[in-house]
Amino acid sequence: MRKLSGIALALLWAATGAFAGPSRVVSMNLCTDQLAMLLAAPGQLASVSYIARDTRASAMAEHALAYPVNHGLAEEIYLLQPDLVIAGAYSTVATTEMLRRLGIPVVVFQPANSLQDVRARIEQMGEVLGREEAARALLADYDQRLATQEQVGPERPRAALYAANGFTSGSMSLAGQILRAAGLRNIADELGYGRSGRMPLELLAMSEPEFLIGTSPYPRAARSEENLAHPVVRHLAARSGAGQMRDADWVCGTPHVLRAVETLAEERRLFVDKEDRE
Amino acid sequence: MTRLMLTLTAAMLALFLISLTLGPADVGIGESLAALFDESYGPLTLVMREIRLPRALLAMIIGGGLGLAGAAMQGYLRNPLAEPGLIGVSSSAALGAVLAINTGLAASLTLGLPLAALAGALAGVFMVMALAGPQGGSLTLILAGIAISAMAAALTSLVLNLSPNPFAANEIVFWMMGSLADRSMLHVWLVLPFALAGAAILLTLARGLDALTLGEDAAQTMGMNLNRMRLLLVVGTASIVGGATAVAGAIGFIGLVVPHILRPLVGGQPSRLLWASALGGAIMLQLADIAVRIILPSRDLKLGVVTALVGAPLFLHLIYKTRKGLA
Repeated sequence: MRKLSGIALALLWAATGAFAGPSRVVSMNLCTDQLAMLLAAPGQLASVSYIARDTRASAMAEHALAYPVNHGLAEEIYLLQPDLVIAGAYSTVATTEMLRRLGIPVVVFQPANSLQDVRARIEQMGEVLGREEAARALLADYDQRLATQEQVGPERPRAALYAANGFTSGSMSLAGQILRAAGLRNIADELGYGRSGRMPLELLAMSEPEFLIGTSPYPRAARSEENLAHPVVRHLAARSGAGQMRDADWVCGTPHVLRAVETLAEERRLFVDKEDRE
Repeated sequence: MTRLMLTLTAAMLALFLISLTLGPADVGIGESLAALFDESYGPLTLVMREIRLPRALLAMIIGGGLGLAGAAMQGYLRNPLAEPGLIGVSSSAALGAVLAINTGLAASLTLGLPLAALAGALAGVFMVMALAGPQGGSLTLILAGIAISAMAAALTSLVLNLSPNPFAANEIVFWMMGSLADRSMLHVWLVLPFALAGAAILLTLARGLDALTLGEDAAQTMGMNLNRMRLLLVVGTASIVGGATAVAGAIGFIGLVVPHILRPLVGGQPSRLLWASALGGAIMLQLADIAVRIILPSRDLKLGVVTALVGAPLFLHLIYKTRKGLA
């Protein structure tokens, strides 16, 4: 439905013929921010969300410095006088509805749950910005980089993703797919976590992953991250080759996920080489 | 008396064993208990020693402490509605704990977290006692408690919302409802000294609480120093609730339900009720912690949900019974 409205918009612009895409675009979601910065024509993107400048969450924090930021509030976005607003599926509905009532077209992007979804999002962003050409070039690069990661041989070692609040991710999530693309076997699949969910620490300990991939805690402490310092997690991390997620590369369905895949594949190679020597 | 104690102790220990054998990892009872003492079980030993043992121990320590604190408070105020969770002591302790975590105090000082929670609890219990007054009726006590709970909860939410850590805001549920999931032995060592110190202080009140059943004047002529008792009650309760809240969040209603059930069984004598409520509290929290693991094993159901579902109807019942005093 939402995709259709995006296509309808694109058709509308195509029909008017004068200019292929919108000229003042505001993005209000971290992931659409990055896709838009990658694909927009110079001057086309008027504002990105303030999170795009957060080095911890955004893979393009430095790029984002070149754009004015918004905080996802209807008032400030309306005052920017955009002719297109791009929001994420989790953006506040009240805000997007308000913008629509004010007569501003809003396109909502669904989150990417797989490496294939990333391709679809790149194409979609190309369509709504009227930058199909740029999108095709980015896709070609994406496919080529992904192809070099194609694995030969069995998936190993057995790995686990373990984040704040004990969250883990299976193969139907983007993080799970990054893990597989890097050649690792995900214990979340053995335990039946298709998407993401809270994994009790007991199950993590019993499944004995050889490779534990955690997140590095944020600078200001929170109780949610206390589980990462639990003696059991420390024990597993010390025993295994412990990788680390760089959040920025993992959270959004953008070509930057390939950087996560490449980093992880390199860590895997070191681990497997070491194990084969022993 | 001794029969009751023996029954309660046996029930507590039985639940402790059941708690040890319950968990998401599907392992036989004999095997899991054997793994506790034998390292050859590999990861199972790790699970038993570092995850299940601390969880079961914490349920006993914290439940026992909260039961005891409730009984002591009700004895001193001669009011069956007095309970640390309901009158805002737990929420104040949670505020102290949240402040300690967000200012970095908890990370820089080993006992920073429970000490800050204790300070919060002290402030909370002190304010309630001051507002309700020594002969405070039920109405003033409950109203003061509501105001302090609301204030502490709001400030806790404020601190968590201001935190730059994106996970902080999700923690409001934990601090309001409490949980024992995935705790470690470290937490046991963190809470134990505070629980023991608090219990030791509250148990010295036994004789005084018995005397108080005859009225304040009678108690004073029997040589009880009411101001001193009050101070000990405040410090003892704050120590227990502060320590408990720091590691498990605010768990309500245990101090309300347990003394209410056990009071007739000890002949309404406050001194005996103290011990009985400590054992009863340990039983109730273990039951609640077993329930959250059986009902929704994968969802980390919060303890306070279960204790409130049991406790709130009882609370309403008690209000109904004492409404003459409230009017």
